[in-house]
Amino acid sequence: MIPLIQQEVVTNHNWMSEEDFVDMLAVTQSAPGPVAVNAAVFIGYKLGGLTGAIVALSGTIIPSFAIILFLATFLSAQSNYNYLNRFFEGVRPAVVALILGVGLKTGRKVISSFCGFLLGTIALVLLLVLHLHPFLLIMLGALAGMLHHHLLKKETKEVP
Amino acid sequence: MLWLLFKTFFFIGLFGFGGGYAMIPLIQEEIVFNHAWLTAQQFADIIAVAEITPGPIAINTATYVGYQAAGITGSVCATLGVVFPSFILVSTLAGIVLKNKENPYFQGIFQGLRPVVVALIIGAAIILGAQTITNSYNFFLTLIALGLFYFTKIHPIAILLGFGLLGIFIF
Repeated sequence: MIPLIQQEVVTNHNWMSEEDFVDMLAVTQSAPGPVAVNAAVFIGYKLGGLTGAIVALSGTIIPSFAIILFLATFLSAQSNYNYLNRFFEGVRPAVVALILGVGLKTGRKVISSFCGFLLGTIALVLLLVLHLHPFLLIMLGALAGMLHHHLLKKETKEVP
Repeated sequence: MLWLLFKTFFFIGLFGFGGGYAMIPLIQEEIVFNHAWLTAQQFADIIAVAEITPGPIAINTATYVGYQAAGITGSVCATLGVVFPSFILVSTLAGIVLKNKENPYFQGIFQGLRPVVVALIIGAAIILGAQTITNSYNFFLTLIALGLFYFTKIHPIAILLGFGLLGIFIF
């Protein structure tokens, strides 16, 4: 769902910048619960406080809720299920492409230094090869950021 | 019963770190093993339904299980339960983050977080792709969709719907 959220919130409505969007993702991915729900609460809160959060949250829940209730009550016929299945057979490659596309687009905008690129690459390897938990990776990123900030401060102190 | 549904899904929402597929083992533990609201077979079916419908898996499961256990009121209670922890935690975190945006220390942290988040997104695409792109035909479709998304201004929903229709005619 991240590609859709980015398209609506960053590109169409200009509710937040590309950097704010990535910062928001860092928070929503380290909090428990579905990322889409967390993102709705965060964006709603940023734009309209607690009321905004409630409105955005309801907006995200209602489609899922309605579709599942519909399926649970009406759609048990196997033929309909078959069409739906084929539809999603076609959707899946597009979903992979959209997620990859968002990763590449955001990466090009928010990673500007060699250090950032290196950190991103290390995180990707840790995720894919060692299967580290995303929460752990986000904590490592925060730690790296703090360390970097600390070192920069020392350097500017030494060379006034 | 309604309170039990709310409580159980509140717990799932509170400890479902990672979201999406990462929440499945936790949901299974509670719904199938602890409360026996669904059999293992029914649980596998709801995962399949959740996979082929849009929306977060946790919400889809909550709505379905709540409906099976106690009708529409049940599905409302279960769904509210699963999103409630997100609501409290994320609105608190959003307040803290937005207030301290100019703080140099916070900015340092987010400097480190950004590349990791990008890596997580690209990693998610690679993991999902490894499971779903099983032949060269699917790979070809993925490349076309990527090109459309990256180089044109076509809305992602239009791309998804287009590829879905293509799926009905081709598969």
